[in-house]
Amino acid sequence: MADGGATDGKGIGARVLRKEDARHLAGRGKFTGDFRRPGQKELAFVRSPVAHGRIKSVTKPAGFEHCVFTTDDMPGMLPMRAPSKMPGYKASDYPALAIGKVRFVGEPIAVCVADTRAEAEDLAQATQVEFEELAPVVDMLAAKAPDAPRIHEDWDSNLVMETFADDDFGKIADRATVVIKREYRMARHAMNPMEGRAVFAEWDDRTDQLMMWTSTQVPHLIRTGLAEFLGLEQKQVRVIAPDVGGGFGCKALLQPEELVAGWLTRHLEVPVRWIEDRREHLVTGANCREHHYFITIHATPEGRMLGLDCDVTVDAGAYSVYPFTNGLEGAMAHGNLPGPYDLEVYRCRTQTMTTNKPPLMPYRGVARPGVCYAMEMTIDALAREIGVESHEIRKMNMVKESAMPFMSIAKKHFDSGNYAKSVEMATDMIGFDDIRREQQTPPADGRLIGVGMGSYVEQTAHGTSVFASWGVAMVPGYEQATVRLTPDGGLELRIGVQSHGQGMETSMAQMANEVLGIDPAAVTVTHGDTGLTPYSTGTYASRSMVMAGGATARACRVLAERMEIIAAHLLQCERAEVSVRGGKVVSGKGEVSFAEIGRVWYLNPDELPDDVDQGGVEVTMGYRPEPDSGAFTYASHACKVAVDVDTGKVKVLDYVIVEDCGTIVNPMIVEGQTYGGATQGIGTALFEESAYDADGNPLASTFADYMMPGTTDAPHYRIDHMESPSPFTEYGIKGMGEGGTIPTPAAIGNAINDALKAIGAEVNETPFTPRRVRAAIIAAQKNQQGDAA
Amino acid sequence: MKSAKFDHQRTTSLADALAALGNADGEARIMGGGQSLGPMMNLRLAQPDLLIDISRVAGLDGIDMTGSSLLIGARVTHARIEDGEVPGVTGAYLQAVASGISYRSVRNRGTIGGSVAHADPSADWPSALLALGGEVTISGQGGERRMPLDGFQIGPFATGLGYDEILTGFDLPVLSDGAKWGYYKVNRKPGEFADAIGAVVMGPEPRAVCGATESAPFRVTAIEEKLAGGATELSVADARDMIAAHDPGFDDYDLQIHAVALSRAVGRAFA
Repeated sequence: MADGGATDGKGIGARVLRKEDARHLAGRGKFTGDFRRPGQKELAFVRSPVAHGRIKSVTKPAGFEHCVFTTDDMPGMLPMRAPSKMPGYKASDYPALAIGKVRFVGEPIAVCVADTRAEAEDLAQATQVEFEELAPVVDMLAAKAPDAPRIHEDWDSNLVMETFADDDFGKIADRATVVIKREYRMARHAMNPMEGRAVFAEWDDRTDQLMMWTSTQVPHLIRTGLAEFLGLEQKQVRVIAPDVGGGFGCKALLQPEELVAGWLTRHLEVPVRWIEDRREHLVTGANCREHHYFITIHATPEGRMLGLDCDVTVDAGAYSVYPFTNGLEGAMAHGNLPGPYDLEVYRCRTQTMTTNKPPLMPYRGVARPGVCYAMEMTIDALAREIGVESHEIRKMNMVKESAMPFMSIAKKHFDSGNYAKSVEMATDMIGFDDIRREQQTPPADGRLIGVGMGSYVEQTAHGTSVFASWGVAMVPGYEQATVRLTPDGGLELRIGVQSHGQGMETSMAQMANEVLGIDPAAVTVTHGDTGLTPYSTGTYASRSMVMAGGATARACRVLAERMEIIAAHLLQCERAEVSVRGGKVVSGKGEVSFAEIGRVWYLNPDELPDDVDQGGVEVTMGYRPEPDSGAFTYASHACKVAVDVDTGKVKVLDYVIVEDCGTIVNPMIVEGQTYGGATQGIGTALFEESAYDADGNPLASTFADYMMPGTTDAPHYRIDHMESPSPFTEYGIKGMGEGGTIPTPAAIGNAINDALKAIGAEVNETPFTPRRVRAAIIAAQKNQQGDAA
Repeated sequence: MKSAKFDHQRTTSLADALAALGNADGEARIMGGGQSLGPMMNLRLAQPDLLIDISRVAGLDGIDMTGSSLLIGARVTHARIEDGEVPGVTGAYLQAVASGISYRSVRNRGTIGGSVAHADPSADWPSALLALGGEVTISGQGGERRMPLDGFQIGPFATGLGYDEILTGFDLPVLSDGAKWGYYKVNRKPGEFADAIGAVVMGPEPRAVCGATESAPFRVTAIEEKLAGGATELSVADARDMIAAHDPGFDDYDLQIHAVALSRAVGRAFA
């Protein structure tokens, strides 16, 4: 792999400014909401106001019956079905428009078509739905009760899926004399990309194709899903993701609204558009994260963790999402709970429950922010119990660099890294010892200072075998990239993944630069269009740079070989004498520009050698890492917080990140992704919550009730990088898009509990709202009074 | 979401606005800056038949201080107060309040009169002005009248304004040079609506307001008496007892943060 192409310092490792920012900063981006067609119609949905009920009747507004559609009016539109091969998994049909029954507030029942969105909403408001209300199941633990109402009546319980691992705790019993038990909850919340979901659909009679522009991370999967559930051939569907303003997972799924728009444009023969509003997003479109934990760590008095025992419950909501299913959270919780630690015994049961809430969707970090939070908070509880600093416990128990590659107790194949080093660096960066000294002098303003840490290891770029083990029907294989030299020596790079904020138009161009030395400015990265790019399962799971980047490197190498054959002929020298370097093919006898090669191949083929590769200057190559068990990124985050004891309000004073995502392609993009992720983690930790009342009504349906972290809540992050290349991937790159979100709730929760340790209070439920922090303080004070009495 | 259908009438004089209000069929709403009513209409929580836009009505936008009287027109924006157009100690107090309302683009449009007429219990002005004292000026078909700020707001989103009246402004007392004041808002993030407000103004008589409650803000007379007696600080525990005596409906956390707000408002006044 002797790529010598890059000579201009714009390849792997360079802080190249993002190419795509030029259009975004100038307002020249084009998002789904920017599309206009003559005669287009707008859609609005009639959504259920009840959490659980049978639909007795739908009465359409008089005179406008032809503008309102229920599932009965839409023959051929099938319910979404995402099966899983997990043992005992119960699949559920997810109808795009409710069939007979509604299972969460906000579930679409009918769609209204009008010239403007306001008129469509008028129709929705005037549509009357009569229900026979049923008792709802709102809480995941209550869902387990044998007499709990059934959300899916043909099931024998509300259990979607169970995973179980057991071990013999007897073999550690005499050494593990310290047993720490805790209970944690992570609240349901929502993803909130800046751009909500959006669909524009138009039937093209000429090509006999459904054309759908949609705000998605996975255009090829949407195409496959639309074809399957609308009864079309795949060739009849073309999906284009134009500029997409963030996704975080909710756009890695087929949306009910996409199916509805696809059916309507075909049958009404007009272009239709649906733009999600923020209320729809908060209430129906992007719920995530809701977990409950009973967790026990068994350790020696010195802090060596020997055993981990956990019962995890996942609140999956009402339906299984396509294609990733609602089994993903439980499966990933199971596999990631032990984190970077080397344990002797592990028992874990995960139970995924269905409830009368919106479907739970995989959100940046998927399950790992929850498991990291449960594990890392319990480690700090252990630290307080035995009087050892938690960073010492982390270092003592982490898998050693010398042991890599290492098969973890949860069967994760760690590839490389010095996990303990990240703990040590983060401890130093946050000024741990200084904070400990500062804590000895209580501040005058009555606020308490705390310091906390969260460490994680994250499997990225999961391969075929990993996805197959999760039982999902859709399994990624070889990722492909196409490179094509243009007649003037530019490069077109076509990838099936989709960039929706990750800066791939830049980082993939840097990859081409690394191999060919071509200026990234001369590389056009095309993505997000099923008509123009190789099939791909898309962008999710921190996979794109490893997978599509790897494919790009391989395609560029083959292109380099083919160009060398042509160049050797033009230079009248031996093939071995030429090589691609600095965006040219060079030899001792001279050099040939890429433009010259393009000219000869496309326009003057009479100058080509006889032995030219007939595939020309266009190459598609596939790639997957070997083994494809994943590249493991890791990080330690540490923070300093102040807790206002009187109000319970928490302020993050300082935040440091030490991360290792292997070889870094563009540090600026890595840092931006990490800061963004960590800020979402602050949302999880301190602000974001999709609460429901006992009847299953959402209590946070606007940004007045749903708190997002803003600029004033994001600390000035300080970051340092480690670079332990993966031995299994091209250039040693590991995925990193999600990681920033993972340890933040743990780090902040631990810092709060550190601040409160003198009071003996502990928080154990996110978000750590002022009300919850106060409740923890009061509970501790009552405990102490009880003890004193 | 998009608003339900409504008629929109832009008025250029108070007389026109009052006539429109008096002649309206169905529900009519006055819109000044539109920063609360606009979102409520988009969410279809408010569905007026007629929206009477007074954003171009002549007058109603003055700030005049004469002697012991400060007249502020209903259409004065939060931003103008934040930028210091109101002079003196009164101005400093109002400036501190205005600068904590939402964020600048809202303050550029939102108005002090609109806020008080809208009477959201979590908003700043109803509490802040009640602590200052003074009167609301009101115009109706029958002419002008005044109401004291004491008692003007009668509940959440409910005031003493008649359905055919328009709030035109405020006649507020002018604080002396040495007058002390303190304002403290407990909220989750800068610019968010308040979870609790404590407002203390040491005018001719001390006034202490507990705001951002489930209902209208109210004066806590026990705290006022304590301040009148020369106290310069207020413990959270004392504030809890004094507020609880007024409104036993708080849960423990709400009582706590309202007590903290008043305790810290007193602290700021005498800092």
